[in-house]
Amino acid sequence: MIAAAAAILRKDLTVELRTRESVPAMVLFSITVFVLFHFGLDRDTLEGDLATGVIWVTLLLATVLGVNRLYVAERDQGGFTALRLAPVDLTALWLAKAAALFLYLAALELVALPAFDLLLLGPGLDGALPELLPILLLANLGLAAVGALISALAIETRARELIVSLLLLPLVVPVVIAAARATEPLLAAGQSPDDLAKWLGFLALYDVVFVLVSVAVFDYLLDD
Amino acid sequence: MIALEGVVRRYGERLALDGVSARVDAGQTMVVFGPNGAGKTTLLRVLAGLLRPHAGSANVLGASLPDEAWKLRGKVGYVAHEPLLYRDLTPRENLRFHARLHSVADSHIDEVLAAVGMAERADDPLPELSRGMVQRVAAARAVLHDPPLLLLDEPWAGLDPGAVELLDPVIGRASGKTRVVVTHDVPAGQAEADLTLGLKAGRLAPMEELYR
Repeated sequence: MIAAAAAILRKDLTVELRTRESVPAMVLFSITVFVLFHFGLDRDTLEGDLATGVIWVTLLLATVLGVNRLYVAERDQGGFTALRLAPVDLTALWLAKAAALFLYLAALELVALPAFDLLLLGPGLDGALPELLPILLLANLGLAAVGALISALAIETRARELIVSLLLLPLVVPVVIAAARATEPLLAAGQSPDDLAKWLGFLALYDVVFVLVSVAVFDYLLDD
Repeated sequence: MIALEGVVRRYGERLALDGVSARVDAGQTMVVFGPNGAGKTTLLRVLAGLLRPHAGSANVLGASLPDEAWKLRGKVGYVAHEPLLYRDLTPRENLRFHARLHSVADSHIDEVLAAVGMAERADDPLPELSRGMVQRVAAARAVLHDPPLLLLDEPWAGLDPGAVELLDPVIGRASGKTRVVVTHDVPAGQAEADLTLGLKAGRLAPMEELYR
């Protein structure tokens, strides 16, 4: 399964590097939203819960853009059929798509967070990075696991983009709550992240649950 | 090798296959004829294990469908209406992807590309290839893992006579493989058939009634 997942991931990354259909859209969306907040709130700096909310809601909505496109090539270009004819566990497809989305999110954050820092953040992100990295890692993992599952559920429906939003957003509310609670003290002057371990533990538990659920049900999603 | 008895397949309320029976032995070619919407592609997808039969019995390569459809994975070469190739990869990259899924050595890719006459265009973007060239790459993909059974849906579509001749040892009669071929070209189909199957509105029908 790992070899098949690696082959699918490699194919997806090659296609993304060539077409630039997902990551640039996610990045541009995020930066546009930050600019809108910059002018909409009429503030040069944000901190604390407001800064946290802007970051995580923006990243979450950018994730939706990536999730919508995850399986488009498989549906439009016969990938589902080809994979079902091959001697591979179809869970490899979920694993590859989750890994691809995880990497897309990492690429997004590499650009979006400095942009946020530049456009809106008061205290700055530099000092918060050591604590922020595990939060991003675990949140990305959860978003990638659920996103790859929901995208497969929605891909054959006509209202794919609506279905993804309706199913994905409620399911990832716990990720946003935990990530925001963990991040908030990092973006507020003079606060220490007392509950960081608790929220990281919550995110890790969420990730484990949704990885196990996805592995358990994914094969059935693609069955006739 | 293939034994169908009263196979039924529905899409919602509509019967796409209605009691289809057939038998194909190893090395034989069965050619399926029928007007548009007769159920030909559905039959191929059932034989490939991609669609479940809703009634009747279907045994393909010793796998009882639908319960043992997983046993067919890696044993069927399928040329569909769509080439099952990624537009943003070259022919070589597409075949490398499929080679990894089927645990086929990369060295075999060049052999297959040469066999379908695509060695020189193997690194061109797929959208720059003609319809016939893409069909040749699709044939290469279908046989890359040397499957014992070929399911071919209009395999000669878009191919010039030279390409048809070139592909004969790959997916044609000269391949020696067991084949189920769907075609609208009745003379060509009958020329290479060991047995024929006529389908009309999902049911078996005699040849003379198919296109009335």
